[in-house]
Amino acid sequence: MRKTYILEDLDCAHCAALIEEKVGKLDGVTKSTVTLLTQKLVVEVDEDKADGLLKEITKIVKKHEPDVEVIEK
Amino acid sequence: MTKKLKKRLKRILLGAGLFVASVIIDKAFPVIGIFVLVLYLLAYGVVGGDVVRKAITNITRGQIFDENFLMLIATIGAFFVGEYPEAVAVMLFYQVGEWFQSYAVNNSRKSIKELMNIRPDYAIVLRDGEEVEVDPDEVAIGEKILIKPGERVPLDGKVLKGNCSLDTMALTGESIPRDVVCGDEIISGCINLNSVIEVEVTKEFEQSTVSKILDLVENASSQKAVTEMFITRFAKYYTPVVVILAASLVVIPSLLVGGFSTWLYRALSFLVISCPCALVISVPLSFFGGIGGASKAGILIKGSNYLEILSQAKTVVMDKTGTLTKGSFEVAEIVCVGRKKATNVLNSSESFDETDNKSKYGVVEYSLLEYAAYAESYSNHPISKSLQKAYEKEIAKDEISGTEEKAGMGVITDWNGVRVYTGNDKLMMWLEKNAMFSNKEERDALLGHNQEKNIFYVDREGTICHVAIEKEEKVEYLGYIVIADQIKEDAKRAIEELKEAGIKRIVMLTGDAVKTANTVCNRLGIAEYHAQLLPGDKVEITEKLLRETGDKSKLIFVGDGMNDAPVLARADIGIAMGGLGSDAAIEAADIVIMNDQPSKIATAMKISRKTLKIVKQNIIFAIGIKVVVLLLAALGMATMWAAVFADVGVAFLAILNAMRAMKVE
Repeated sequence: MRKTYILEDLDCAHCAALIEEKVGKLDGVTKSTVTLLTQKLVVEVDEDKADGLLKEITKIVKKHEPDVEVIEK
Repeated sequence: MTKKLKKRLKRILLGAGLFVASVIIDKAFPVIGIFVLVLYLLAYGVVGGDVVRKAITNITRGQIFDENFLMLIATIGAFFVGEYPEAVAVMLFYQVGEWFQSYAVNNSRKSIKELMNIRPDYAIVLRDGEEVEVDPDEVAIGEKILIKPGERVPLDGKVLKGNCSLDTMALTGESIPRDVVCGDEIISGCINLNSVIEVEVTKEFEQSTVSKILDLVENASSQKAVTEMFITRFAKYYTPVVVILAASLVVIPSLLVGGFSTWLYRALSFLVISCPCALVISVPLSFFGGIGGASKAGILIKGSNYLEILSQAKTVVMDKTGTLTKGSFEVAEIVCVGRKKATNVLNSSESFDETDNKSKYGVVEYSLLEYAAYAESYSNHPISKSLQKAYEKEIAKDEISGTEEKAGMGVITDWNGVRVYTGNDKLMMWLEKNAMFSNKEERDALLGHNQEKNIFYVDREGTICHVAIEKEEKVEYLGYIVIADQIKEDAKRAIEELKEAGIKRIVMLTGDAVKTANTVCNRLGIAEYHAQLLPGDKVEITEKLLRETGDKSKLIFVGDGMNDAPVLARADIGIAMGGLGSDAAIEAADIVIMNDQPSKIATAMKISRKTLKIVKQNIIFAIGIKVVVLLLAALGMATMWAAVFADVGVAFLAILNAMRAMKVE
């Protein structure tokens, strides 16, 4: 299934790339794309692994960009 | 300007003030050394406090080598070698550059959002006879909604009451409003210009045109172009390489020739230049701008990769029906016995001196059309429909007293006491055998009658519908009507523009007869065509053309999305025409042209070329400046200032340049 998250206040390109890479390595995630310009993270994830994904993603995002808020859409 | 940006600007201004004060005090009272250092440190703290904070928190999280860390090292290094003003100034300059960068990105984000500003905010639903304003999400299929002048159509639907003009600019790039009447399908995202209409909803918001377009464009940047991926890979290696170079620049020369602080200073400049921000931001921004600009022109591009491939296209393969021609049959010509020349209905502006009404037909032609329209009025055949459409007036069905269908030939109809024969050549031959023509000579002069073979030969493209009436036991031949598929108004221009845009080979594919294909190609200036194709043949031919095109240049296939989904998928780029309302087309194609103008293909190519040019400029400019400044810094010819310019200044300029991609003439 596809999930979209808004990464509010994300404006560092380097961090965006890192977030994309790390989220892509999460268990059950098959594809992860961060678009700096729309401040969006789009994730393809297995249905049964979708729970708790927000928490995992928030952890990764906060590590790279403490000021960015993750909002599930 | 956002709150965050304002806050940052204030801090920069305050820091700048403190910095200037420190410099003045430093110059005026050169004696008080430690006090001056405190002053500079204070200014530094105000300007670069958040950089220091971020650098430290990132280090504690095991995250080194980010921009903040590099700036921290560079400026602390400057303090260390005694260059206090330089340390603060560099931090200040860096922050100003960063601020401008954020400002520019913010602005472009906003302009792209404005481009995409087609999302309807609300829908007025009629529930229990009352108007209720709700979110478009909450409207179900079959509900009735009201759309008032100035409002955006919130959901796809069918007009039940009223008629109006719709502004489709945001969807199709078309500036001329589209008129809709009762019974017409309308799509969400258009703006009602003049009068209230009542509409029955046919699609849920999620499935409606506006949602699909927004989804498509917003997700377009997740399909990354090769250049974008190159930049990401480049960035991955660039930073570590520059950091290693910086380290060796400190260690090796100072061990060999000494002068540690000079080399440290030069190495610090290296660190400042080590961020590839200019590229990492401006390249995706250019692609995004190109996609945004294209969507404004009514061209939806599903990903940056397609925008990139489009610029490399050398071959265009086009389907005929629905792409170059309208795909709908219309009365093209009315030819009457005794008339010197044919009346070209669609392209004629000449007036007839004997016209009794404001119709575009002469009186004789009009009466021929009237006979045909009445005679064929009981048929559902497309030919009949095009006759009704050309006739325009309502058919008085009670005036028809009888019809007899002659299978494979035509119809015999009694209308107002007159027996009317309408049909093809076979019907005329049947009449020739079974009745007497009163105006045989005139008929044969017009048609070219081969007496021996007893066939008529009409040299016209399209379907011919002959009209004859029975008069005093004899049959009078009146003339014929040509019904043909029409070439689109801008088709010729489209082909010309494609050639100008550097397309080397244009091939037309069609299931129609060779003769029809030949005529269309001649009129449009297309040199190559394949006719009488079955849907499967189109895939085969496209594959053959793909092989001939080779790997370096690309092949575009343009179709209307009907029956050609396999070809759309097989080509390097599939472009679907007339995407409005056609789900299949939006699904199968890589690029969707929202209206049905083939000239938009050339527009899309121009946008892609321009975008790619901007991307290349930015890559060359950014890498070029960085390499030059790195060299100068290593030789001690560039100051820290130049280094900061090579970092944030270049990024800022590259972003400004990238913004140009959004503008579409």
